[in-house]
Order: sequence, then structure tokens, then C-alpha cells
Amino acid sequence: MARFEYLEARTLRQAISLLERYGNQARIVAGSTDFLVRWRQGVWQPKYVVNVGNITSLGRISYSPRLGLRLGALVRVGDLVDHPQVRGNYPALSAAAASFAGVQVRNLATVGGNVCNASPAGDTLPALLAFDAQCKVSGPDGERSIPLNEFFTGPGRTVLKAGEILTELRLPPPLPNTGSLYIKHSPRGAMDIATLGVASVMTLEGSSLVCRNVRIALGAVAPTPIRGSSAESLLWGREVTSELIASAAQAAKGDTKAIDDVRGSAEHRQEMVAVLTQRTLERSWDMAKGNPISFERQRELAVQTAF
Amino acid sequence: MKTSLKLTVNDEAREFLVEPYSSLLDALRDELHLTGTKKGCDEGDCGACTVLLDGKPVPSCLVLAHGAHDGQVTTIEGLAGPEGLHPVQQAFVTYGGLQCGFCTPGLVMSAVGMLQQNPKPTEDDVKYAIGGNLCRCTGYTKVIESIMAAAQELRNANR
Repeated sequence: MARFEYLEARTLRQAISLLERYGNQARIVAGSTDFLVRWRQGVWQPKYVVNVGNITSLGRISYSPRLGLRLGALVRVGDLVDHPQVRGNYPALSAAAASFAGVQVRNLATVGGNVCNASPAGDTLPALLAFDAQCKVSGPDGERSIPLNEFFTGPGRTVLKAGEILTELRLPPPLPNTGSLYIKHSPRGAMDIATLGVASVMTLEGSSLVCRNVRIALGAVAPTPIRGSSAESLLWGREVTSELIASAAQAAKGDTKAIDDVRGSAEHRQEMVAVLTQRTLERSWDMAKGNPISFERQRELAVQTAF
Repeated sequence: MKTSLKLTVNDEAREFLVEPYSSLLDALRDELHLTGTKKGCDEGDCGACTVLLDGKPVPSCLVLAHGAHDGQVTTIEGLAGPEGLHPVQQAFVTYGGLQCGFCTPGLVMSAVGMLQQNPKPTEDDVKYAIGGNLCRCTGYTKVIESIMAAAQELRNANR
């Protein structure tokens, strides 16, 4: 293991200047749950570690019906599980967070870290994509805002430039008559990486069955988390039926670029994308019709180990 | 080079020298000789190294020791009082929630952390709370029984 120097940033400005000064000799850490594992494996060998984990201003959660949800990058994944406004307004995000590793890791891991680590299998990512999150970024040249949908460029790669730090995720307020669900398929119920995961959010037009808005996000079936755009376009503005949901689920297969790996074959993932898309859409549709489900039930549905 | 770190460990203020790359687990075991906290996988997967950091269970192998400066750490050594074992520890003994014992400090800390937040857990709540702790001996049934019994015991004591 290559030794490193520990540097702690007290403020965002200090963090940006440390990252600028040390360039690719430095690695930013917050919860350090990914970092320490990769460092011990020898995959990451920075000369300097810049810890931003104690910058308290980046750890806030706030919700308002007008502005929606604002998650500081240092909000712990465990806080997404427990926060009443997240549970109430973004239940699929709370359930996705509950499917993430185990209690102990969730108490360290940050939502910003999960995003910046940019694993195609990151558990919070499909839900954040399905809730249309925007990323607020600060860097040497000031601030900018990037849709999460455009944030990932490959496994472990993002649009962040040298010295830039993700500071906040912004999720718009939920529309009325909306339902959402996340399902992760993995061999174990805890402490496992997703073979794949699907999050769906559906909004109905008033009390009709017409789909006003739908977003489907797919994890671990492409080099980055992706939207199921072909599936979504079949549903937009149409009257929702079980048959329509079934065809949308089949269409989602076409949105994937799955690979074979130790957790499953490309073929298995393709088939399972259709299954999970159908299940998450059916439930979201039912919730949008006015049949909400409890957090405990969402949590139970969030990890499906066998089919 | 080792530099100074201030932590409160089991209600005692400590200041000691730690390498910049040391985990909280290595700091506790190698610098403070608190070896009750176990090193299992050193990857955050097994839960044997669980301690409470500012009241919450965390895998101490994934915490940068220096990042935890000024924090409050509770390890398995900090649970028992002059009157004897902590009710969670006692329940593991009474209900046979352990065999080889290697995972036990981590399981006990996870249970204590959960019970501080949720004094009246369901069996499902207990399973979620220990989802990050591996035990290769017990099959978990007696662990869950022990934690449910400890929860009841703590509620009786606080009545």
C-alpha cells in the first residue's frame, strides 16, 4: 500500500484550492467507504488525500413543496433512509438507499460520493435519475449546474473537471398523482452490489389514466446508469393499461448495453430489465392512482434476490 | 509520519499519534490497544469492526482515523459498567447468540446502535440492523432472539 498525506479541507473554497494545487496526485474523499477499499487493493494510489467529509455546510437536507428536495453532497445514504420528507415525497429514493450495503456503511457513505464514484451499479443512481436530479458543481471557475442524466461519461467517469466538486443534488417537487418504486436484483439481501436495478416514477393526469409524466432509470445494464427512453416514449401521453406497461417493459431491453460479468450474463440482465421495469411501472401506476404503499413495504420490495 | 489525533473513546478524552493513512480500526487496536474490536475483512463487508461513531454504528475499517477527529467513539470495551455486562451483551450470553465469538463485538455494537434509535424494533428491523454483520456459526436465529430479548429488557429497565 502506497502511503499518502492526509489533508483536511475546512471549507469548500479550501477544498477546491487543494485539489487544484495537487491535481492528479490528489484524491478527494468524503465517507471514504470506496476510497479505503480501492487504496488497500492498490487501485488508487494518491500522494495526497483531500478529505471534504467535515465541511458541515455540504451536509444539509431541505425540502419545500415549491423548491423540492435539496441534498448536500455530504448527506449520508442512511439519512435518505430515515428522513421523513424523503420517505414521504421520494419513497423510491428512500427504498433505494435502504437497499444500499448495510447500516454501518450507509452511516458513512455520502450521496455525493455515490454519484461521483459513478459506478453503473450505484444504488441511489437510478432513483436520483428517475426523480430528475440536477447536480450543482463548484470549481476554480465558479458554479455550474448539470442534469444528472448528463453527469456520467463511463464507469467511474464523470463530466467533473480538475478541481471541481459536486456540492448539491436538487430534485424537483413531486407532481400530484405520482407513484415511484425501485427494485434491485442481487444475490444477497444486504451488502451486495446490484446485478441490476430499475427505478420508475409515473404521474397520471388528474384522476384519468393518462400518463402525464414517466421516467424509468436502469442501473448496471450499461457503462453508466441510463434512462429507459424507448420505454418512456411508449407511455408519455397515452392511457395506461397493463398491456401498454408490458410493451414498455419489453422496449426497455433495447435501451440497455449489458455485459457479462461475475454477477450475471448480459442475456440475464436484458431479460431482467423487462421484468423489473414491468414490476416498478405496475406498482408506480397503482400508487399514482391513489394507493400509496408504506416505507416498510417499499423497503421489502427494494431488494429481490430470486425470481 | 504520525501526527496527533484527539478522540473521545468510551467517554475518555484521548490524544495520541496516528499515521495519516491509518483507519480508525487500526488506531483503536494498534495505538490504544483496544483489541475487542475485530478486524475481519478490512473491506467493510463483514461488520466485525463495528463501533459507534457519534452514536451511529460504522465499520471502523472504512473510517480514516484523522477524519474522525473530535468524534465520540464507543467500542465494545465501553459497554459494560461496574454493575456488570450491558443488557445486550448479557442477552447474547443468556440466549446463546454466539459461538466462536469473533463477530460478536460487531453484532453487539450494531444492536446497541439500533436500540438507541429504535427501542421497540420488529424482527424485520433487527434483520435490517444486522444486515451488515456476518456470522458463520450461529445461523443468526439466536442472535436475533438475543437482540429482541435485550430490547425487551431495556424497555423494562426504563419503565
